[in-house]
Amino acid sequence: MRAIGIVLAGGNNHRIKELTQKRAVCAMPIAGSYRSIDFALSNMSNSRINKVAVFTQYNAGSLNEHLSSSKWWDFGRKQGGLFVFTPAVTAESSVWYRGTADAIAQNLAFLKNSHEPYVVISSGDCVYKMDYNEVLEYHIEKKADITVVCKDMAPDVNVDRFGTIKMNEECRIEEFEEKPIVANSNTISCGIYVVRRRQLIEMIEKCAEEDRYDFVKDILIRYKNMKRIYGYKIKDYWSNIATVEDYYKTNMDFLQPEIRNYFFRQYPDIYSKVDDLPPAKYNTGASIKNSLISSGCIVNGKVEDSVIFKKTYIGNNCYIKNSIILNDVYIGDNTHIENCIVESRGTIRANSYHKGENGIEIVVEHNDRYVI
Amino acid sequence: MVKKEMIAMLLAGGQGSRLGVFTSKVAKPAVSFGSKYRIIDFPLSNCINSGVDTVGVLTQYQPLRLNTHIGIGIPWDLDRNIGGVTVLPPYEKSANSEWYTGTANAIYQNLDYMESFNPEYVLILSGDHIYKMDYEVMLDFHKQNGAEVTIAVMPVPMEEAKRFGIMITDQDHRIVDFEEKPANPRSNLASMGIYIFSWKTLKEALLTNADQPGLDFGKHIIPYCHSKGAPLYAYEFNGYWKDVGTLNSYWEANMELIDLVPEFNLYEEYWKIYTRSEILPPQYLAADSVVEKSIIGEGSEIYGQVYNSVIGCGVTIGAGTVVRDSIIMNETKICGNCEIYKAIIAENVLVEDDVKIGVGEEVPHETDPHIYNHGLVAIGEKSVIPRGVTIGKNSVVFGETSAEDYANGSLPSGKSLIKAGDKK
Repeated sequence: MRAIGIVLAGGNNHRIKELTQKRAVCAMPIAGSYRSIDFALSNMSNSRINKVAVFTQYNAGSLNEHLSSSKWWDFGRKQGGLFVFTPAVTAESSVWYRGTADAIAQNLAFLKNSHEPYVVISSGDCVYKMDYNEVLEYHIEKKADITVVCKDMAPDVNVDRFGTIKMNEECRIEEFEEKPIVANSNTISCGIYVVRRRQLIEMIEKCAEEDRYDFVKDILIRYKNMKRIYGYKIKDYWSNIATVEDYYKTNMDFLQPEIRNYFFRQYPDIYSKVDDLPPAKYNTGASIKNSLISSGCIVNGKVEDSVIFKKTYIGNNCYIKNSIILNDVYIGDNTHIENCIVESRGTIRANSYHKGENGIEIVVEHNDRYVI
Repeated sequence: MVKKEMIAMLLAGGQGSRLGVFTSKVAKPAVSFGSKYRIIDFPLSNCINSGVDTVGVLTQYQPLRLNTHIGIGIPWDLDRNIGGVTVLPPYEKSANSEWYTGTANAIYQNLDYMESFNPEYVLILSGDHIYKMDYEVMLDFHKQNGAEVTIAVMPVPMEEAKRFGIMITDQDHRIVDFEEKPANPRSNLASMGIYIFSWKTLKEALLTNADQPGLDFGKHIIPYCHSKGAPLYAYEFNGYWKDVGTLNSYWEANMELIDLVPEFNLYEEYWKIYTRSEILPPQYLAADSVVEKSIIGEGSEIYGQVYNSVIGCGVTIGAGTVVRDSIIMNETKICGNCEIYKAIIAENVLVEDDVKIGVGEEVPHETDPHIYNHGLVAIGEKSVIPRGVTIGKNSVVFGETSAEDYANGSLPSGKSLIKAGDKK
């Protein structure tokens, strides 16, 4: 293979509120059976990238647990493999990752000791399918220094939390603004980059010398007139989950047949850690309408327009609507849950009532659970 | 040096001919069970959960599905540097090449495999039962009693005892006598076909009896050890144990899984059953779907109605279709407006629109009433059922059928329509 991979999975984000109190954004459960980082890792694996580094920092426990074995993404290899880099105290450095570029700088040996000519960088909090080889071909054809994967968002989407891009007719990036207050373009950077390995090493080293730490601000924006930075537009599904609203919407998108078909039934597949849970079980009284149900669930009540993650128990006479129930939640009898995201491993007492009135309510309840 | 205290030898070579079309292309241990599992997952998971990490799987009949399922053993954590799972087919030798001619003969032909692990004990298992059992507890029992052979037994109703190999024991569980399918049983302890042998005893017995045609554990090895005066003990097991050797018992065992609290509980946190999961996504139940008292595997999409059924992974059930009391295996597609009653439909089957299955009078099957009975309809893997046809009870369909194969658009009860496999 011509490239190695880097997955940036370090971030925390206050916009996803309580949900990242116990996990990194990249470990957020998605679409019933997956975690956010599965998409980037599966794309790497399906693009035949054998050697992948994951940079993680914030609350990495749940992510490390998910990555405890690399075999699910087919990275358990002698040639290549999956490398997880958390900040470490070394002779040269004893600081946290101060930014994306700094994370790469602190682990520069990974880049230097590889021989593949290119590097594919992806953030771990995006839901998409992509063959990076196509971007790489484009990168070579354009003789680009850096290629940035970007997407045209619908005019009504607020893009002020993304980097926005303006390109000329040759797709060379002329303007790049990070989190603009007033955006003058609806083309956003997807957080996926292709760059030549030696070029990246050179830029990262320069950055580090100047005490600059951010890949977007200190490399992409700073170098945009000096280096040949090109945009590669994707037309397929791409979604970032780093706010509560986008996280909710991304999960709900999977209730649409075309999106399910695209991710679940078309080549290539998305891989994830296998949990070995039994089939979902529906008892008498269960009624499920337009919902996704994952393995290990036991359903006795009513579920409508919802995404139910693994190993959830839904008691008798419950009513779940427009909600996302994360892994291993116990919902007692006669409970009403509407417009909510229920945090994983929660136990909700019988006869509870939760309804998100203005937007999505996040329910975190840890009552005692009696296991028979 | 390589050393394993106990290794397991899993006999998975049998056809299981009473499962009819379902074992026409697949060995019985590889037949799917309980939506996402295959029968062999139960003994393999028992092994790893009991701390037995070296398992030889003896295959012979139609091994392809079994081999791909086992692979290098990743789902069961049996991918090991030393030991792990090894598939052991019969092989050619410089003299006396033969198939596995009996259960003990198969083990005899793999003496070298067992020897390479320097085991103290060898556990002999068969690949066609549904149960959860801690073999380590059985091994402790074996050691405590100073046994050379321990046979797992379970109490069965006295009137059924005549269908089994029966062990007669003294008050210390030592076996004093045994009888194969006795007319007047003297005990109700039936052998489960699970044995622990002390390695020296097993090796000596196999070598001594090597020339016996069709060398069998029940018929030759156990009687030989007993006649030699070796201490044989019966380990009584009282958990769930189900032989799924006939279509009806297979159907019943599947249906037991959908009870409110099933006797055989797959939802327990401990003693997980592992299987190869190729399909990961959640299942989707559409706005007009009705699902009650059923279990459904990953990635299935339900647009119709499903009652009292066991549905595999990646199955599609179209709008307007009603499925009752049926088993539908992985990746099968049932189109719209069908009615399906008490059918077992194998993997990768396509049932087109407006098909009725399992309707009409119950008539015994024309040639194989001992296989196809109890009103069950059997549909073999990769079959195609054309639009609008009706299929009666106790019938069997296998292969890509077209409208011309159905006189007046129907296959009456008790008939076969077989266009694939070995025409059996």
